[in-house]
Amino acid sequence: MPAVWRTAHGQGAPIRIGTTICKTGALSSTKSTLTGLELWRDDVNKAGGLLGRPVELVTYDDQSAVAQIPSLYSKLVDIDKVDVLISPYGAGLSAPLMPFVKQRDLFMIGMFALAGNDVTRHDKFFHSAPWGPESKTNWARGFFDVAKKNGCSRIAVLSADVEFAKTAAGGAEQIAGEYGMTVVYKQSYPPATNDFSSILRNIKAQTPDAVFVCSYPPDSTALVRGLSEVGIGDSVKLFGGAMVGTQYASLLGSLGPALNGIVSFALYAPEPTMANSEMTAFLSRYEKVAAEQGLDPLGFYIPPFAYVAGQLIAAAVTGAGSLDKAAMAKVLHETEVKTIAGPAKFNDIGDWTERRVLMVQFRDIKGKDVAQFRQAGRQVILDPPSLRSGDLVAPLTKARSS
Amino acid sequence: MILELLANAISTGVLLGCIYAALALGLAVSFGLLHIPNIAHPVFVVTGAFAATVFNAMGFDPLLVSLPLALVFYGAGIAFFEFYSRIYEKRGESDTMQALTLFFGVSLVIETVLVMQFGADQRSTDVDYVGQSLTLGPVVMPYRLLIPALVAPVMVTALWLYLKYTYAGIAIRAVAHDERALSVSGIDPGWIKRHAFGIAAATAAISGAALVIVGPIDPFAGRMQIGRAFAVVILAGMGSIPGTLAAGILIGVTEALVGAFGSPSWAPAVAFTMLLATLAFKPSGLFGAAR
Amino acid sequence: MSLRENAMDWAVRRTGRTPRATRSLVFALGCLAVLALGVVLTRMVDNPYVFFAGYVVIQYVALATGWNVLGGYAGYINFGPTAFYGVGVYMAAFLVKAMGAPLPVAIAAAGVAGALLGLAMGWMTLRVQGVYFAIATIALVVMAETVIHNIDYLGGASGLALMPPQAPAWAGGQPQFMLMVMLAIAVAFVALARWIEISAMGRGLRALKASEIAAECAGVPTFRLKLIACAVSGAMLAIAGAPYVYYASFIEPGTAFSLALSLNAIAMPLIGGKRSWVGPVIGALLLATVQQAASVTISSELNILVVGVVLILFVAVAPDGIVGIVEKLTRRRGA
Repeated sequence: MPAVWRTAHGQGAPIRIGTTICKTGALSSTKSTLTGLELWRDDVNKAGGLLGRPVELVTYDDQSAVAQIPSLYSKLVDIDKVDVLISPYGAGLSAPLMPFVKQRDLFMIGMFALAGNDVTRHDKFFHSAPWGPESKTNWARGFFDVAKKNGCSRIAVLSADVEFAKTAAGGAEQIAGEYGMTVVYKQSYPPATNDFSSILRNIKAQTPDAVFVCSYPPDSTALVRGLSEVGIGDSVKLFGGAMVGTQYASLLGSLGPALNGIVSFALYAPEPTMANSEMTAFLSRYEKVAAEQGLDPLGFYIPPFAYVAGQLIAAAVTGAGSLDKAAMAKVLHETEVKTIAGPAKFNDIGDWTERRVLMVQFRDIKGKDVAQFRQAGRQVILDPPSLRSGDLVAPLTKARSS
Repeated sequence: MILELLANAISTGVLLGCIYAALALGLAVSFGLLHIPNIAHPVFVVTGAFAATVFNAMGFDPLLVSLPLALVFYGAGIAFFEFYSRIYEKRGESDTMQALTLFFGVSLVIETVLVMQFGADQRSTDVDYVGQSLTLGPVVMPYRLLIPALVAPVMVTALWLYLKYTYAGIAIRAVAHDERALSVSGIDPGWIKRHAFGIAAATAAISGAALVIVGPIDPFAGRMQIGRAFAVVILAGMGSIPGTLAAGILIGVTEALVGAFGSPSWAPAVAFTMLLATLAFKPSGLFGAAR
Repeated sequence: MSLRENAMDWAVRRTGRTPRATRSLVFALGCLAVLALGVVLTRMVDNPYVFFAGYVVIQYVALATGWNVLGGYAGYINFGPTAFYGVGVYMAAFLVKAMGAPLPVAIAAAGVAGALLGLAMGWMTLRVQGVYFAIATIALVVMAETVIHNIDYLGGASGLALMPPQAPAWAGGQPQFMLMVMLAIAVAFVALARWIEISAMGRGLRALKASEIAAECAGVPTFRLKLIACAVSGAMLAIAGAPYVYYASFIEPGTAFSLALSLNAIAMPLIGGKRSWVGPVIGALLLATVQQAASVTISSELNILVVGVVLILFVAVAPDGIVGIVEKLTRRRGA
């Protein structure tokens, strides 16, 4: 089959990069992926393309539905004949794709697919997100490092009945055991729960030192509200960890000061230890597009890593000097790539060798203006140590009242 | 400790139950009294919630603004009923299944229009009392739940008095009972039904505002509520307005107790189990007349 | 068979001009021809996209046909076909995980589970008015999803990646094999639906759909018939879900209980026509093909909007679907 498309795509014909975007459905808030990719494509094409050929994106709407994935990716590969694949958003959507990618020996960049390659172990797969190795258990290890540093020994684990949250909760228990901490409370709850008062009371009764929360946007909101309403007790030093939604402007804006004291994960925060001129320039370009298209105005979480996905592809293609998949993979395995999110080095299954999942504590948030989150000091990085910009303020009640 | 937990679970359950009753009230009118299986009602409520967020963004209180919105919804309800009765009721024998399909299509259209207009993201309101709570001894009641919950008893009482003591209200109950007898007495049953459907739609504006104070919503939030709203109406007994409040509270308290003492994971199954049990063992509901 | 021929065939059947045996023979030959075409297709085409997309379309034929046994013939609307479909998916997943069950075992078990669920639902809700059944099925999906969320063995909300047994060598690959399996299921379903339609059961169902009281008076055992229809339809919907695990190797509640699936399974028979087996087939082929094409061209929001509007239009203007329209046209021409 390769012989056929080589004649069709001669010199000067565009290099085609295929992916699906959750334009609609449950994950449609991740559609800013496309903006990140488009900004990268424009940059590359302005600079003369890759190997002298322009770059073209081929994207479809996967409706956030697993059932759409096999046929859409088969279409990308077999009908559109794309040269490079980028995975759909997240591990859930990528899971049905991995056996196909391995079987056909394709080159693919993973978009936020946490531990997406841990089972298949395909050697031409690379994460754009810095989850780090063994990410299924380890991605939120930073929370427990902070907990350990602050002398927490009693842990409560609360998780939504949703894929990502359950995975995070499972990893949390394992790490807690490893650190000699006791899990004093463990509970899951159905999605779209909007009242957490009895759950919070049950947690309070166990007097934990840290509460590891794996929640989704609507319940993240309800939980933060519940914290203000019924409280959690003075024992809790650390609350949060894996609260999805705290990465997006819509939730940050609607909760405002109620977020103070909460710790959650992020991949980028505008702290002096992390900000660089390229990232800042990218975000300000993104902001303009976001304002036009009604996307997340901050764009800290997804768009930069879509751009990183593009940078990884560019590095692989130029390094290999061709579209040979084995050569491209070899480049990424052997060389460090400079990206807007920092230097990326990969292990044999395409994880970043260094985990760069941030644990940030919300501080000094006043009012509900979203722009304040662009300032340093609002999301203080507690972990990893290499990017640390401040220490935990504990206990939670104190951090919230200040 | 157990007692405190119990007291709080019950109070939360009562508050949530009131909100369920508010959601189901319009359905108690359209389905319970008019026998129109309006499965689009929860989507009407979500539309009301979105309308409330739009005006809230301009600085209005969602509940206050829902009162004039209720008038708009009343008008829209009448127009919609006119459309509904033209295309289907006048065709002859009432085919409930056709009606169900129609409302199914309508809810899809409304949801999609909401998505296209507002996006699929969560929307919420900004009101001062969210985040604070009322403490009565060991019981803590968040205003986020308490204030919307008060809407239900107010609406239920108002509607009940209206149906009991006004001319139009009595006519609505008469339509539910025997349409032909009503037309003999010189009242146009068509007008009475339009009017009643308008009232049902109007409640959606108010309960929508209540819903969005409780927590953020998205265009598909109605789906979660369809089963629960029907469970409330059927458990109450078709057409029983005060029964709606009691049934809502019963479901809310059971859910809260399951959540507090069992596992919160099982809470969504509560309404369904109660619905099935009612249908299997007491189809007339708790407060309905046997039919 | 073309649409027109089908409609003619149907019109002829209603006037009873050709003997039933001949028509059944033609139907059986048609089924065999479709199956043979499927086998040829898997040999001739080597682009896997065709098989993936084909699987989705044919799965809809099976779902729509299964739904129509209860929804079309008996007039009892099941708003939760995915509850049954999901039970089939998870039954198969359980068997694959527990003992690497081969596909036929999974299909049989899914069928039994779906039938039992149908019986239970029917027994609890069918004695009162049909509208209660419809409402209960809405809630059934939430219930089924809640149960799955609470079963850790099946992956709960996280979903479950499985390595199902590989396709036999003669099939030429997993996508090809899955397409053939789904095609066989769909053809079997259509044949079953047709058989129900022309049998005494179909007559009974039509009678109770027209007037339950009159049917009861005429000695039709309405409750028992409804229960049987409920069980058969439940089994068919669950069977349609069983091969999914083998198709995707990954399952999660969001897919197994997806609303889009429910929506389509209801819309397809309504658009095609509920009264005969041809309707769901036409509706499914039409809608699913358009959607497969549309999912890569227009936004899926617009897609759902179109389905909604089309549903309203059909309910309002053409309650008997495309088959009804064609029938009306041919009858007018014949007159």
